[in-house]
Amino acid sequence: MMMPITAEMMFVVPELALLVLACLVLLCDVFSTSENKPLTYWLAQVSLVVVIVLVICFNPEERISVFHNHFILDPLSTVLKVTVCAASLVVFLFSYHYFKARGQLQGEYFVIGLFAVLGMLVMISAYSMLSVYLGLELMSLSLYALVAMNRESGTASEAAMKYFVLGALASGLLLYGISILYGISGTLVLPELAGYISSHTGSRIALTFGLVFVVVGIAFKLGAVPFHTWLPDVYEGSPTAVTLFLASAPKVAAFAMAVRLLVDGLQPLHVDWQGMLIILSVLSMAAGNIIAISQTNIKRMLAYSAIAHAGFLILGILPGLDAGAGATYAAALFYVISYVIMSLGAFGFIILSGSADHEADQLTDFKGFAEFNPWFAFIMLVFMFSLAGVPPFLGFWAKWFVIKEVIAIGHIWLAILAVIFSVVGAYYYLRIVKLMYFDQPDTMPAIVAGRQVRLMISFNGLAVLVLGFVPGELIRICTTVLMG
Amino acid sequence: MIELSDVLVLAALLFCISVAGIFINRKNVIILLMCIELMLLSVNLNFIGFSHFLGDIHGQVFVFFILTVAAAEAAIGLAILVVLFRNRNTINVVDLDTLKG
Repeated sequence: MMMPITAEMMFVVPELALLVLACLVLLCDVFSTSENKPLTYWLAQVSLVVVIVLVICFNPEERISVFHNHFILDPLSTVLKVTVCAASLVVFLFSYHYFKARGQLQGEYFVIGLFAVLGMLVMISAYSMLSVYLGLELMSLSLYALVAMNRESGTASEAAMKYFVLGALASGLLLYGISILYGISGTLVLPELAGYISSHTGSRIALTFGLVFVVVGIAFKLGAVPFHTWLPDVYEGSPTAVTLFLASAPKVAAFAMAVRLLVDGLQPLHVDWQGMLIILSVLSMAAGNIIAISQTNIKRMLAYSAIAHAGFLILGILPGLDAGAGATYAAALFYVISYVIMSLGAFGFIILSGSADHEADQLTDFKGFAEFNPWFAFIMLVFMFSLAGVPPFLGFWAKWFVIKEVIAIGHIWLAILAVIFSVVGAYYYLRIVKLMYFDQPDTMPAIVAGRQVRLMISFNGLAVLVLGFVPGELIRICTTVLMG
Repeated sequence: MIELSDVLVLAALLFCISVAGIFINRKNVIILLMCIELMLLSVNLNFIGFSHFLGDIHGQVFVFFILTVAAAEAAIGLAILVVLFRNRNTINVVDLDTLKG
């Protein structure tokens, strides 16, 4: 079905609106004279709300692909886009108060953040290798700039440099793979690529060669072992507010990129990429959980935890596409949404407990935390139990769903390994709970964060708790958007 | 007559040189940036070769996008480099070692 280009424009209204609003935020920021830039902040938040509303308004009943199949709208993209925008909303709230307390507030943070969100939206809706690449680069380039935002910090600039070099290397590898796939199939559009591969039964060596580079690129962006080396350094070196951003919304975008490329574009090579993903996920779960035990910096520890969770997420993508029932990676979708909610809470907690002259990023900073702040210690306990996968919290259901799907495709040994590594991982999450509840405090930890941060973190903690008791609705959404 | 395989071999060689440059280079961050550019250009060569021999224009369109992104990427890379130098007074790769564990 071909439509005139003006009619097709209607389907990218949320992205166009975000682009215009981001430029508007930039303009307002230039002319804003106020010290704390409240106008820039509120405008950025309003932009995100507008985009969420537009995305929901334009929610399609079925798959619609426009611009010569370069762009796709389906129920999956709606769910992922709402998650990205909502996560960014929370991130902006925490970041605003974080930077304001330290006198480092720059309006550009919100502008660049909005452009990163735009890149993620394009990635989520990408249906050709060209749009995947452009969305990915828009997101990555914005994130490099965000990490280097604090110009006085030596660690931040070092982290930015490492992130930049390894990120650019990953993009280069991904591009090389894309060029090989293009050369063999003669098309950039993902479904046409899948059609070409399934109709040609000859040698697949060259296709697999291209596939390897694509998988490496995806593994880099997800932070899976052995392509994880950038992740701990970047998480530790960036300002905590930027770490919070890196640890939430881009994970959703990376997941979208993985399923678009692997499931929509390379499904006929399922057997090949399934093997590669199994290796990546086992290595990630093992290395992430074991190295995290020896960390003393909580941001670094949570970075290794992110690597372990990336391993679990990859497990959820394994089933790929079932000829009869449609896409069967609902477990991965549920996992990534749950992980974003928990990760926002865990990093938000670090922002909450820090102050202008003290960054609470060492594990010892949390000694005896419960004595003075029982409520927030309880909230952190919920996050840690949930990340560890203790029932009945949200993280348990995420892990349960993934393991159930892995067993359904017959990899029981993989499910057993996943459970074993989760038990190993529980040690370092519970250590934080132990530090908070059973150790004597060195100093008097007083929370100086404002009311909005306190409310947000409490809301986040309650969300993990409530969704843990009634996960049915979220699981149902994740399953239904993938049908048809 | 230039065959497709000639173009691909050249592109693969350039790609390998750039990856090796990123991993072997221990001296200077600017060389890393040059390697990244070389990597993107080798991919461009791949795309142009395929595009020419397939008789399909999409590959060349992709090259224009890559060139644009590469320019933006170089701008951000050099900006980060300047910030790094002002904070550290060095751009040696071996000196970027405060973050580890």
